[in-house]
Amino acid sequence: MFAPAPFLLKDVSVSQVMIQVCVALIPGIAAYASLVGPAILVQLVIATLAALIAEAVMLKVRGKPLALFLTDGSAIVTAWLIALTFPPLAPWWLVVTGTVFAIVVAKQLYGGLGQNPFNPAMVAFAICIVAFPALMSQWPSVGLQLSLIEQMNIILGWAPRVDALSGATPLDAMKTALKLGDGSFDVATLLANQDIYGNFAGRGWEWVAAGYLLGGLWLWHRKLITWHVPLAFIASLTLVSGALWLYNPAQFASPLFHILSGGAMLGAFFIATDPVSGCTTPRGKLIFGAGCGLLAYIIRVFGGYPDGVAFAVLLMNLSAPVIDLLTQPPVFGMKDKA
Amino acid sequence: MLMNLFKFKGGVKPPSNKLQSNHLPIAQAPMPSRLVVPLHQSIGGTPRPVVEAGDKVLKGQVIGNADGWISAAVHAPTSGTVLEVAMHIRPHPSGLDSLCVVIEPDGKDKWITRTPIDHKAVPPADVFHHLQQCGIVGLGGAGFPAHGKLTPTKGVPMDELIINGAECEPFITCDDLLMRERAEEVVRGIALFRDLLQPKTVIIGIEDNKPEAIAAMRAAVDAQKEPFSVVAVPTLYPAGGAKQLIRVLTGKEVPGSMRSTADMGVQVFNVGTAYSAWRAIAHGEPLISRILTITGNVHAPRNYEVLIGTPMGELLALAQPHPDTDGILMGGPMMGFLVPNPQVPVVKTTNCLIAHDDRLFPPKAPEMPCIRCGACARACPHELQPFEMYWFSRAKNFGKTQEYNIFDCIECGCCSYVCPSRIPLVQYFRFAKSEIWAREREKNASDQAKTRFEFKQLREEREKADKAEKLAKAAAAQAAKKAAEAAAAAAESSASPTPDAPTAPLVAATTDAPSATVTPENDAKRATIEAAMARAKAQREAVQPKNTESLTAEQQKVAAEIEARRVTAHLIEPEPAAPAPTSEKPE
Amino acid sequence: MDILLAISIMALGAVVLGALLGFAAIKFKVEGDPLVEKIEAILPQTQCGQCGFPGCKPYAEAIVNGEEINKCPPGGAEGVQRLADLLGREVKPLDAEEKPKQVAIIDENTCIGCTLCIQACPVDAIVGAAKQMHTIIAPQCTGCELCLPPCPVECIRMEVIPETIDNWKWKYPVVEIKAAA
Repeated sequence: MFAPAPFLLKDVSVSQVMIQVCVALIPGIAAYASLVGPAILVQLVIATLAALIAEAVMLKVRGKPLALFLTDGSAIVTAWLIALTFPPLAPWWLVVTGTVFAIVVAKQLYGGLGQNPFNPAMVAFAICIVAFPALMSQWPSVGLQLSLIEQMNIILGWAPRVDALSGATPLDAMKTALKLGDGSFDVATLLANQDIYGNFAGRGWEWVAAGYLLGGLWLWHRKLITWHVPLAFIASLTLVSGALWLYNPAQFASPLFHILSGGAMLGAFFIATDPVSGCTTPRGKLIFGAGCGLLAYIIRVFGGYPDGVAFAVLLMNLSAPVIDLLTQPPVFGMKDKA
Repeated sequence: MLMNLFKFKGGVKPPSNKLQSNHLPIAQAPMPSRLVVPLHQSIGGTPRPVVEAGDKVLKGQVIGNADGWISAAVHAPTSGTVLEVAMHIRPHPSGLDSLCVVIEPDGKDKWITRTPIDHKAVPPADVFHHLQQCGIVGLGGAGFPAHGKLTPTKGVPMDELIINGAECEPFITCDDLLMRERAEEVVRGIALFRDLLQPKTVIIGIEDNKPEAIAAMRAAVDAQKEPFSVVAVPTLYPAGGAKQLIRVLTGKEVPGSMRSTADMGVQVFNVGTAYSAWRAIAHGEPLISRILTITGNVHAPRNYEVLIGTPMGELLALAQPHPDTDGILMGGPMMGFLVPNPQVPVVKTTNCLIAHDDRLFPPKAPEMPCIRCGACARACPHELQPFEMYWFSRAKNFGKTQEYNIFDCIECGCCSYVCPSRIPLVQYFRFAKSEIWAREREKNASDQAKTRFEFKQLREEREKADKAEKLAKAAAAQAAKKAAEAAAAAAESSASPTPDAPTAPLVAATTDAPSATVTPENDAKRATIEAAMARAKAQREAVQPKNTESLTAEQQKVAAEIEARRVTAHLIEPEPAAPAPTSEKPE
Repeated sequence: MDILLAISIMALGAVVLGALLGFAAIKFKVEGDPLVEKIEAILPQTQCGQCGFPGCKPYAEAIVNGEEINKCPPGGAEGVQRLADLLGREVKPLDAEEKPKQVAIIDENTCIGCTLCIQACPVDAIVGAAKQMHTIIAPQCTGCELCLPPCPVECIRMEVIPETIDNWKWKYPVVEIKAAA
């Protein structure tokens, strides 16, 4: 007779974990939708469908049980992260391309759930921003009030992509201005004069960040993530941006601006905390989070891309196994010896 | 008593399910139709049977003698007749047989003469011997012979004696009831251990979900005016693990590699062990019964005092299992196992029987891939990285599992309990551990085989060299003799000595033969004598056992047993141990 | 001119790196086990000769000299796998049938005490004397079967070592995920 102990099991499952991550994303999504319009919901649906179809096809090809893996929810989380990091009015095929690439290449070709060395959503973002840099940098101008139908027409390619669509993110706009500037632009004037900026960062973006923070704290409360990665991420981002800001406040934006801009909050709580591709030891998580924050800052401020979170996470994914190996905690009874 | 408690990392809080069985007093289980007493019931050597089929035994009579220091005697649980000494299934996850004594009770339940001892009046060695003779082993789970743990480690002062009444596994309440009803004798047993170990403090740790037991123990301690602290420890599985309880009560962390907690100046005993040790000392009663919880999918869960050797199925029937019961779990739901069939007997370490069904223990959902969420690492009370060990166990990369300290794993099941992917982590670790042990055994065997093979080769070469040397010597002697013969020049012819070749084609025999056969025409008396001597020597050597010079004590024991068997079979005459053949003597 | 400069820079680099590598090779030389010993550690040391070599060491030496790694039946498929891992060679199916571990047993009534098996046993696991019955020391027996052919009365047989609680092993968890049909 083969029946291994323990016979009692806690009522947890992978799909429960994934569903809770999705639930935690909802406050951020709500804030985001109120900022950029209902288009984001359309993108979420497109990405989810693409992810599920790609996952189903790949599972079939790989001879894995469909029902078991399709319901685990991991593809949905990936899809949602893609939809939330891509420009809200990106054409539908761009989102689909990213999602399919994430599921097929970054996840299933590596062995499926639990086997991917890189965060699939971030792989999708990186691939698309390299392959379609223009489309991936076009964000709707602030104040562009379009109805759901209009937005859908743009996403589906039935309406022309007007100039108003090719704005930049607050982060991108600031970098471009500061870089192009012959010294005539400084952070304060930019913040004061351009209407994409609000009190701290991009107008309305602080609410999106607050939404992600809320969801992230709930995940922490539910013990689905630990505090290490988000705290280290935000702390290192704050430290490095704060140091440069103190050094030259005219050329470098404040830490608050950086924390509330781009994918920082989403990255800190939802992307860098992905256990599959991240570090697992407590010290390793601190290093991982801090590395993500630092690299994200460097790339978004000095690099050529609008945001650096995706590349930062991918680079840290790359180093995660080594970090884990070097940060193994001492076991019970061996603490003085370690 | 207020005490500063420590915490261990990890741990889980499964539903305790103890209320079902702890509201009724301990009942006496009826005499079973027959008793199957396995001889191997403790860690250490397997006791040797000292009874045969047909023997009449009395209650408490020794039926298996301790084999070595770490071993404990086994006794007849009641008076009756030995039906057989044979292989029966033992309660073990393997479901394999081991040697058991089957006794048919005669219903009289007649005790053998019991001899209590005064442990304060006799030297400790006598107390240890008495405990070993009474078969007292740890009743908490592993069944380590109690006397083995009562000897303090040399050079390490014994700081704390910890009495484990935590009973952290769900469902089990036998220690709870024992402490409630028999606290006085438990405390006397603790005092006995205290007298033997001479620790600085004695702490009795009981999980705070057993307030009645705590109260009863406190009352008994006060009544006997003992300076023991009864401490309520937070309910958190596995607080009853020896190393976890030590950590909670003293703050000491005993490393997994340390063989005995006594090396850290701590020793832990289960309350049940203290109770039965006291019964053995004060009443001369060997360990033939124990209290066990019968619960789970039954109508009337309860604790029973049960004779060792009672078939589990008969016991379960007392609690009236529901019809959908599909198995018996021995031990708790976290670390126990399903017994192979209901005829399996209760042993000294059986603390609980749980009727298994799918409602209480839902069948496992399919195993998903590990998502490295780290829940197992957070739950691990030994602060291991189960998901890493899982990865390497699964890949059968056992060296790596050891790098991740797989042998520190106590198999408590916390990791499997919390795993969202429902991976049977503990199972992988058990698999990896037993594979590593097997490999170790194989490696030792092959190393030994290699040494023996190399030694044999060496010996054969030396024998060859010896043979060549002897041939040369014989030739030289022959030449000298021929010269002498030529000088004599007068000789009578006689039959040439043709010694019959030694019947045994032994190397040693053939070595000497040529010296006698090289000169067929030689008629000198000396040659004849030489040949006869050689023959005699060859025969003497031929009957000497071979390959006996490099045997270990164990092998010699095996050989001696075989020898004894032959003597009894009248196959050979016993012969005195002969010295090793000359050609095999080390140079 | 530029070309020459480039070439000389590359050449200089090559020389410097080469010297560094050479130095490192001497300085950090690993005094590891010779290959034969490593192979021998994997071989089961039954000394049975089923590989066609007179013992495990000769086979280990032969493997170093290019002999196939799948000729050791007692080592089993796992042994082949470990040899393949060590040597970086391809895993091949075993060149014979894999048998469970066995031990030789002498029928004590038939044995005539000829000592032939004693001489055949590579690990001295048989005790006995001429015209006296012989017995196998079971813990020492490697199950090589070399004692079977010399016995003139065929009183030696091989028995599979039974599973007992002492050598019982936990099974590999079998809860593998299978594809839905």
